[in-house]
Amino acid sequence: MTQDVLSTTFAALADPTRRAILARLAGGEATVSELAEPFEMSLPAVSKHLKVLERAGLIARGREAQWRPCRIEAGPLKQVSEWVERYRSCWEESFTRLDAVLAEMKEKEKQNARTK
Amino acid sequence: MPVQNSSALTVTLPSDLEILMTREFDAPRRLVFEAMTKPEYVARWWGCSGSTMPVCEMDFRVGGSWRFVLRMADGQEFGFHGVYQEIVPPEKVVSTECYEEPEFGNPEWLATMRLEDLGERTRMTTLVLHKSVEARNGHLQSGMEAGAGQTFDRLAELLASMR
Repeated sequence: MTQDVLSTTFAALADPTRRAILARLAGGEATVSELAEPFEMSLPAVSKHLKVLERAGLIARGREAQWRPCRIEAGPLKQVSEWVERYRSCWEESFTRLDAVLAEMKEKEKQNARTK
Repeated sequence: MPVQNSSALTVTLPSDLEILMTREFDAPRRLVFEAMTKPEYVARWWGCSGSTMPVCEMDFRVGGSWRFVLRMADGQEFGFHGVYQEIVPPEKVVSTECYEEPEFGNPEWLATMRLEDLGERTRMTTLVLHKSVEARNGHLQSGMEAGAGQTFDRLAELLASMR
């Protein structure tokens, strides 16, 4: 995944309405009017958000002119979550070593207290 | 989904420019602060799997600078440096951090590390603030150097973390 594509993904995800739309689509396909319902938003406003999500490759839309149901495309989101997970696991390794250092420091303090 | 205990590290993306890490340690705050701010301790835990730390210099005072070099198992070296901006023992350290990699434009960010006193335990939060979305994403990407992590779909968790 190139940097540009990733930036587009993050930009698309930066908006709370678009994240809510994605969360709704994670539960299954929906039409534009179904998606508009919980947001008290006009259809054109929802369509605008959908276009941003579609350009970022986060959703795909059916070809039937009337309905064009939207569905989520997991690929880019999965990439983002994998990046976060790898960053996390690298730091977790460091902090697990820090746990061991702290246990040793605690033990040393206990011994010093005993010998005093 | 992985089982999370209270010691597990969480990483979230609070905004376009930020990365937030939260973790608890089973030790009183003054010991955690010491382990994070004295080079003889830092050299023992900072870094990635199989790495050693041939350079760990810390001039730990406001305006003082630090420099770390990580040597990977394959001999590759990665340098980091920065300047301490704010120090409040034993609860807060603010520092600039620069990853010495001209290929990536030597990205620099601001890290604010806070320690919360939970009695016999300590909660750390570290907020990393980048200058651009590209730099933040590049920083996350550098985590990929850690190698193959678990790959699974954590869509719901990710969306929740971005709220």
